[in-house]
Amino acid sequence: MKLFTTHHRALGVLHLLLSLAAVTIGTLLSLVMRIHRVWPALAFPFHGQIKPEDYLALVTMHGTLMIFFVLTTAPQLGFANLVLPEQIGARGMAFPRLNAVAFLLTVLALALLLAAFFVPQGASISGWTAYPPMSAIAGAGPGEGTGMDLWIASIGVFCIASWLGAVNMLATILGERRAGMTWSRLPMTVWAWLITSILTLLVFAVLLAAVVLLFSDRHLGSSFFVPAGDLVNGVVVGRGDGSPLLWLHLFWFFGHPEVYIAVLPGMGLVTSLFANFANRPVIGYRTMAAMLVAIGFLGLVVWGHHMFVSGMNPYAGTAFALTTMAIAIPSTVEVLGWLSMLWGGGLRLPTPMLFALGFLSFFIAGGLTGPMLAQPALDSYLHNTFFVVAHFHMVMAMAGVFSLFAGIYYWYPLMTGRLMNETLGKIHCWISVIAAWGTFFPMHLSGLAGEPRHYERLTGPATTFSAITANERGITWSALLLAAAQLIFLWNVFVSARRGRLAGHNPWGATTLEWAPETALGRVQRAPYQYEIGVNQMKFHPQWESASKQE
Amino acid sequence: MPATFTRHPVEIERKDTGIGGKPPLDRRPTGGGGDGDNWDNRPHGRRGPRELLTRYRLGVLFALAGDLMFFVALVSAFFVRQSAGHFDARENYVSDWHPLAVPPILWINTAILILSSLTMEMARRQLFREIDVMDEWLGLGRPAVKRASPWMVVTLVLGTLFLAGQWIAWGQLVQQGFHYNSPDPSSHFFYLITGVHGVHLLFGVVALAAALGALFILRRIELRQIAVDCTAWYWHTMGLFWIFLFALLAFFQ
Repeated sequence: MKLFTTHHRALGVLHLLLSLAAVTIGTLLSLVMRIHRVWPALAFPFHGQIKPEDYLALVTMHGTLMIFFVLTTAPQLGFANLVLPEQIGARGMAFPRLNAVAFLLTVLALALLLAAFFVPQGASISGWTAYPPMSAIAGAGPGEGTGMDLWIASIGVFCIASWLGAVNMLATILGERRAGMTWSRLPMTVWAWLITSILTLLVFAVLLAAVVLLFSDRHLGSSFFVPAGDLVNGVVVGRGDGSPLLWLHLFWFFGHPEVYIAVLPGMGLVTSLFANFANRPVIGYRTMAAMLVAIGFLGLVVWGHHMFVSGMNPYAGTAFALTTMAIAIPSTVEVLGWLSMLWGGGLRLPTPMLFALGFLSFFIAGGLTGPMLAQPALDSYLHNTFFVVAHFHMVMAMAGVFSLFAGIYYWYPLMTGRLMNETLGKIHCWISVIAAWGTFFPMHLSGLAGEPRHYERLTGPATTFSAITANERGITWSALLLAAAQLIFLWNVFVSARRGRLAGHNPWGATTLEWAPETALGRVQRAPYQYEIGVNQMKFHPQWESASKQE
Repeated sequence: MPATFTRHPVEIERKDTGIGGKPPLDRRPTGGGGDGDNWDNRPHGRRGPRELLTRYRLGVLFALAGDLMFFVALVSAFFVRQSAGHFDARENYVSDWHPLAVPPILWINTAILILSSLTMEMARRQLFREIDVMDEWLGLGRPAVKRASPWMVVTLVLGTLFLAGQWIAWGQLVQQGFHYNSPDPSSHFFYLITGVHGVHLLFGVVALAAALGALFILRRIELRQIAVDCTAWYWHTMGLFWIFLFALLAFFQ
């Protein structure tokens, strides 16, 4: 596979491979963290014992890799490049060269980020959110010098790459649709990509502005974020009345919509998969699409719920609590829509469908803790505990990753012409579901017991946490099992590319245009999910069929 | 038989979508034979004279929408920082924000930039004069290039003048003792906003020079139209951004 290509499908695969590299590293980092929490004295090969600052560097890099290079890159640029042009009946992306540049910039961003491991003092320790004043002052801790500069450079480049990617995608969706591909005939995935692209365009520019300001504070002597009289290592470094809250506002204006950028493509994909494998049309297609739009819009006005305990005006907190709880409404409509499609059984359960159902379980379970954390009173206790970690790992990380797996198993024939091994896929799915629940559900309990995030160990002087060490050990074993299950997936991906069963044309009985045979390209005359409900028979009308064949 | 002599009943075709609601318009036959406007079966980029232009305009529009958010973020940071003070031990509100008087040369620069937008628009419109386009299609020379290039050169000169003017403004501020890293936040913002806008305009000048070159190099008239048109929209947008940023710096300190 060539690195310098402008073909959209090849670029989709390249984006997915980049995400695979990032997710592998990110997972290994998280395993080191989990092992260290349970056996703090253990020395790792090539490194030795984990020092507290190492732990914080692991947290930073794990978060940055997973959020940016996995959950932003794969579902959006990976999958969209793979199937978006075909799904709307275009012959390619609107700007293929821009697309290639966006990919190469993403590679550069990843390289810059990973380089932080190899510079003196290692990677930044201020978390993926890079809160100032810590991130604004090189002397604030190990890794806050060169490591932090590399983080800023990486994120800056990544912002530009996603900006280009979003421009390309929007121009494609708006301008390149085949004749007859009207708005109400778009597959649900395309709706999701449309919304995530708009969000990307709006929020990554703000993050870019924020990192420019942060860079200026670090190197050009300004004081946007450093408060007056800020004392670091006995030296007053505050030059003016800078406001760390300003960073929080700018960052979370990006950071919250980012969550929807990560999960909306998954929501679009499972809608398609449920229709396909339940053999039913999407119930309330317009409502489902409108609710995706509503989630995207509301996602832009809720960023303050990350800042309830930051010293923000409490009245602003109330407003943000209300908008945040309002998101539960469109999300619930989506979930009810999915459940009504599944209602009554008759489902086919191949691996992609199993992963889609796994997505549903995490989306519901993680979604339920959302309205809890949206309340300032509850959040003041739960903030910065493992309850929050559990919440976002369920609803964003696991739901996101399960939709990624669903998409890979589903669209694998488009990449290789072959199907992935079903038996291995099912084993992979069941172990992953059980181990992921075993990893992230008990974290709620640790969090309710008051276990804080970002703390390197529970032993030592603080003995009050001894009651939850058993829980912690369970989480670690479960995480190890979860990671081990992914070896089955890797084996399956690489072996099936050579030896998988030949897929043929339209192996899943799908109706959307990415499965259309090359010859069948005319005006689109059908809605995307024309499945007919029948007993023990599959009847469907793909979008490439002309409407006159209906009789 | 030519379409003008045939009479076909024109019926709008609608097909049930299967999802309820009013079905979308499928086809509005225009009557006549042949598939004269069936652009879908043409190769990519050759489906109608404006297909590529529309696409590139969309791209520029979206890129600039993102850029707008970049400036919005900076401007909101400006207002937040302006109101970020603290209370001292005696409950007095202390703010380190001191309004900065913008150098008067910025007024001249603003006028130059507005003027350059006008000349850019003149250049852009020369590319779309139908009679010139027709001439070119008939192989009667390239009148559009001759008409547009002087306006482009004028725009290029005016743009460079604006950048030079901004540089002079910075010099004047430095002489008054305002540096980027002087403790005053309004000074950071002045340099930051003018600097970031200046970088955007520098891109614009480079794009102008490239479009000027493209006028002479590119063979297809559609591509020349795109080069000038997209540069023009970028240029106008940067002018518009500047008017807002200048108003911010001059009147909202």
